[in-house]
Amino acid sequence: MEGPLALVVGILIATGVYLMLARNLLHYLFGLILISNAANLAIFVAGRVTRAAPPLIPKGMEVAPGPISNPLPQALILTAIVIGFGLLAFALALIAQAYKVLGTLDVDSMRIAEPVLPKRDKSP
Amino acid sequence: MSWLLALPFLVPILTALATFPARGRKRLCGAISVFGCTLLLGVTFIILYLVETGGTRAAQMGDWAAPFGITLVADRLSAIMLLISGIVGLCVSVFSLSDIRKYRVKLGFHSFFQLLLAGVCGSFITGDLFNLYVWFEVMLIASFALLVLGGDRIQLDGGIKYVALNLVSTLLMLTSIGMTYGLTGTLNMAQLHVSLATVDNPTAVSALAVLFICAFGIKAAIFPLFFWLPASYHAPPVTVTAVFAGLLTKVGVYALIRTFTLIFPSELEFPHTILLGTALLTMLTGVLGAAAHYEFRKILAFHIISQIGFLVLGLALDTPLALAGAIFYTIHNIVAKTNLFLISGTAKRLTGSYELSQIGGLYRASPLLSVFFFIAAFSLAGFPPLSGFWAKLLLLKASLDLDAYWVVAVALITGALTLFSMSKIWAEAFLKDHPKDYCQSLKNIPQQERYQRLLPVALLALITLVLGLAPGPFIEYSLAAAGELLNPSDYIEAVLEMETQYAGNH
Repeated sequence: MEGPLALVVGILIATGVYLMLARNLLHYLFGLILISNAANLAIFVAGRVTRAAPPLIPKGMEVAPGPISNPLPQALILTAIVIGFGLLAFALALIAQAYKVLGTLDVDSMRIAEPVLPKRDKSP
Repeated sequence: MSWLLALPFLVPILTALATFPARGRKRLCGAISVFGCTLLLGVTFIILYLVETGGTRAAQMGDWAAPFGITLVADRLSAIMLLISGIVGLCVSVFSLSDIRKYRVKLGFHSFFQLLLAGVCGSFITGDLFNLYVWFEVMLIASFALLVLGGDRIQLDGGIKYVALNLVSTLLMLTSIGMTYGLTGTLNMAQLHVSLATVDNPTAVSALAVLFICAFGIKAAIFPLFFWLPASYHAPPVTVTAVFAGLLTKVGVYALIRTFTLIFPSELEFPHTILLGTALLTMLTGVLGAAAHYEFRKILAFHIISQIGFLVLGLALDTPLALAGAIFYTIHNIVAKTNLFLISGTAKRLTGSYELSQIGGLYRASPLLSVFFFIAAFSLAGFPPLSGFWAKLLLLKASLDLDAYWVVAVALITGALTLFSMSKIWAEAFLKDHPKDYCQSLKNIPQQERYQRLLPVALLALITLVLGLAPGPFIEYSLAAAGELLNPSDYIEAVLEMETQYAGNH
């Protein structure tokens, strides 16, 4: 199972990077979303993929009888998903506001913070 | 004990909660914020005292023993970083009373500011990697909000670049943490020190180290990952820039120092070579950027980058003296940098612009402010006997001990260029006459505002002076902290609560 999952992670990252290389901010954001999913999936695989072994301990026992899947990566991913949602929602709202105020989503034309300086004459 | 180590982030979070309903009333909100920061400073003092007297302290949240629960650890490095954050927090919150306009307070400036402090303090005191990630996110979302609060065109423009690149760093950090877990099965930093040494896969460990360098490197603004910093740091009000400049990038450096002394075995040559190379390039590119610009805050922003290079250099050289130099440099730099930004804000208030060509005459109008600027700026450039001199001396001595003469050469060139760009500000903003002749004197601004602007600046300048004139105890403290970092048996013992026969992977 690890093979196909790793392949999916690779495809997601490749697509994400391709989208992020575009000049359009929305493409950038969608690329970021894909990569964040790829990261979560990678953590999931790194925590070892096991088949049909939920981390449950039968009543009256201290430890599980057989090998069980590790619940910790899933807890990590859940936290990461929640945080990621927050950040992406903020980024989307920021992009929407920027479009409203600056009137463009083209990153190359956003030069207010770093204007192209006119040539400075020698005397200060 | 456990509640005390939780206070550095609990106090700012509670203050943030308290300021939020009061945000409509500027004075009340500001008073709560300053009170919260004073409380935080007190707490960090107590923690520093406890660590200094009783060694490394650790607390397990909810009594889940490490490495399974959430661990908070304070060693010497954490304690001094917390104390400095407390000082910067207090100074900046006092300064913000006059600098932040009413509509920004109404939008919740003080709440976000306190949340930022909570994130910074949380990062300094946490003992496991995943919580480090969480505190980084707290810090990040608060800094996003502070950066675009008010929604000026320039803020949105700078904010987009800041958000875009920092989200990438977040993803890298998350991935590298996940991979660490995959390799070792734990995220507790003390346990990682033990577990990672047993991983028999040097390629994977090296790859992981490089991933961490990229992730923390974006946060710390090292070469070539720093482009978000000069694009965004001059956009928000100067109060926000001051706290960003003082604390945010240093949290990245702190994380680098922590991971590369505690977690990764120092036999890994490859990451240290990368760190050394990037450190030198960071120093040079940053200061060249500063030399090329003619805007007060942009020059200072490029200087942040160059000084991050010095901090990373201390880590890359990896000797006790070099690490002590990095720690002393961090203390000095946070104080001086915050101060310079606060001064630039007051200079703008008096002269009306940040463009060096459009301002001037500050020395004649307000000599006091000039003295403060002189102290901070020339300390940063490394003038004896100010604090920057000792910081650079430690690093230079460390590289001379290793016979790394080209490192010394780069450091000296950087120092000279720093001096050049600082004297540029000095000559253009302070000595030259104001082109339109309306440079106000400090006496002309209302008394209350004058105190709110000058007291924090004076306090920070005083700290710079003390660090410079009596560096002995601080250097000793840095050496002790560096010793702890290079021989983390105390740290591991405090966290894992077991008598480790320290074999060590260092």
